[in-house]
Amino acid sequence: MNRAAIDLWVGIFVALGLGALLFLALKAGNLTATDVGETYVLQARFDNIGGLKVRAPVKSAGVVVGRVGEIRFDAETYTALVSLHIDKRYQFPRDTFVTINTSGLLGEQYVGFEPGGDPEMLKPGEMVKKTQSAMVLEKLISQFMFSKAAEDEAKK
Amino acid sequence: MNPSALDLLRRLGHFVTDRLWRLGFASRFLMMTVLYSGAAFRRLHLTIREIYFTGVLSLIIILVSGLFVGMVLGLQGYDTLQRYGSSEALGVLVALSLVRELGPVVAALLFASRAGSAITAEIGLMKATEQLSAMEMMAVNPIARVIAPRFWAGVVSMPLLAALFSALGIFGGYLVGVQLIGVDAGSFWSQMQAAVDFRQDIMNGVIKSVVFGAIISWIAVFEGYDCEPTAEGVSGATTRTVVTSSLAILAADFMLTAFMFRGE
Amino acid sequence: MADEPPVLIRDLNFAYDRRPVLTGINMVIPRGAVVAIMGLSGCGKTTTLRLIGGQLKPTSGEVRVAGQVVHELDDAGLYALRRRMGMLFQFGALFTDLSVFDNVAFPLREHSGLPEEMIRDLVLMKLNAVGLRGAHHLMPAELSGGMARRVALARAIALDPLLIMYDEPFAGLDPISLSIIGALIRKLNDALGISSIIVTHDIQESLKIVDYIYFMADGKVVAEGTAEDIRRSQEPFVHQFIWGEPDGPVNFHYPARAYREELMEQPNRPRPWWT
Repeated sequence: MNRAAIDLWVGIFVALGLGALLFLALKAGNLTATDVGETYVLQARFDNIGGLKVRAPVKSAGVVVGRVGEIRFDAETYTALVSLHIDKRYQFPRDTFVTINTSGLLGEQYVGFEPGGDPEMLKPGEMVKKTQSAMVLEKLISQFMFSKAAEDEAKK
Repeated sequence: MNPSALDLLRRLGHFVTDRLWRLGFASRFLMMTVLYSGAAFRRLHLTIREIYFTGVLSLIIILVSGLFVGMVLGLQGYDTLQRYGSSEALGVLVALSLVRELGPVVAALLFASRAGSAITAEIGLMKATEQLSAMEMMAVNPIARVIAPRFWAGVVSMPLLAALFSALGIFGGYLVGVQLIGVDAGSFWSQMQAAVDFRQDIMNGVIKSVVFGAIISWIAVFEGYDCEPTAEGVSGATTRTVVTSSLAILAADFMLTAFMFRGE
Repeated sequence: MADEPPVLIRDLNFAYDRRPVLTGINMVIPRGAVVAIMGLSGCGKTTTLRLIGGQLKPTSGEVRVAGQVVHELDDAGLYALRRRMGMLFQFGALFTDLSVFDNVAFPLREHSGLPEEMIRDLVLMKLNAVGLRGAHHLMPAELSGGMARRVALARAIALDPLLIMYDEPFAGLDPISLSIIGALIRKLNDALGISSIIVTHDIQESLKIVDYIYFMADGKVVAEGTAEDIRRSQEPFVHQFIWGEPDGPVNFHYPARAYREELMEQPNRPRPWWT
């Protein structure tokens, strides 16, 4: 095996390997523009964040506009403080309704932004006004059971 | 204490200290290899030649194995997922299994058996036929000239091979899932793209394969360099390379996984 | 300094893991001489070569090559010294992945810093000296034992060393190759004006070409002298060695108990643990 042939084969090998990595990154992974862009931070306070995790998506109208940053517990108000990293390209009005939703019935939780009509936009670092906590399945079921029980009582 | 129990204890103690001593020697050997790596990079053709023998010649087994593993994942995955009505998640299952675990680990195990044993055998034979001694007597440092290029070739080849394994595997899963069984192609790829994170999954997989490459190359060159210069010595060293590398890879995989995928 | 012989060994002692291997060795290798070190396998001949080459460090005493104490040199000094020594290993130790040409060119490419065209000429010259210029394109696997050793010899003289060491150069060769190698060793030594040390137990060939012989047994020098001295020596060990007598100071029988006693006794078989 002379040197030229070896060099050629090694070159092909390295090219194939890097190509495979590229394929994995682009086709299989989610290396898209939004991830690489610049973001600004908004704060939100929730009574219950349910199963929300760090790096969960923030969606508005179903499109990913940012990611969940830090999740902290506020010991004074006994609520959860969540930092949201939003893509710099998108501005949201100050009366945006921030909710925690579940994708599908039993899927991952994400943060939803429903914009209101306020002409003023949220500034970086600002706290959102209106939030709705996650729906905890057990509470729903117990609510349903109690209301059913109350209905039956009323009927008697 | 009766004499045979004492004797057993003594032999156990000997065994442990012997192993520890050997580990220390191997660590010092690794340090020397890294220290003398200058020649491996200044005279790149030495390392490139080794990349050919370890990486390129392992391509066939890696590509074929990757394809088959991916296809099996597709079959098994579909069988389980469709029971819960989640067959569109097949892409996610195949991709995450491969990129996070199977790609780096299986490719590393195959690499250890094919390239690792070849490196050990080659170096062992060079030792047995006094080629390493001859090189020393000609004032050429065998660690710089023979060992270091092979070590770095392994470290470089491993992540490339793991990436190829994963890529071929995903393709195999696609062939079986979409083409053969009929899972929707759109959801196959889109759900995969949503679930596979570049930094968390792919980069971690790459880091794993680099670590595995270093482990295998280290064990392979050390066993070859340290073997008894006889036929039995070389064959024993080759076996030890494959066994020790495989165990080390699996143990390292556990530690890396625990570290990287905490609280996910 | 110019008067000192190329190799001077004084009161050399070497022990491996507390087991003494060499005791009180004194040797002189003069310039232009071919010196043989003879003895049984395992008497310490090859160890002596390794001590001269700096692959081992003596326990006490000193080995001086070209006026320098070998084991006191640092890495750079040792490598510089080794470039002036050539060594021929027992079966050639050619690099199996390189051709004959590349094998001989190896030390030149690593150390001489000469351009490829000059290296090519030098390699062909060295190969010509050993009669293998026409085989320069072959791989070591395609060579016979004698040819491989000749190529290794060409490689050993590539950098025109001042000393060449031969580790069992005659072992396992056919009669023709034997005399070729022997003649080459002498011819090269005289032509290049260097010194040669041959470790061997081949009597016939070495007595034809050497100037001086050191006899070793059990890690000590038991006899020394010119070829004639040795041939006429009455020292029992030397006599047994030279004339190939089966019994003498070196016993035929490995130490054992009295023959009759061993045959007559009942064997004491070890009993398995379950009885």
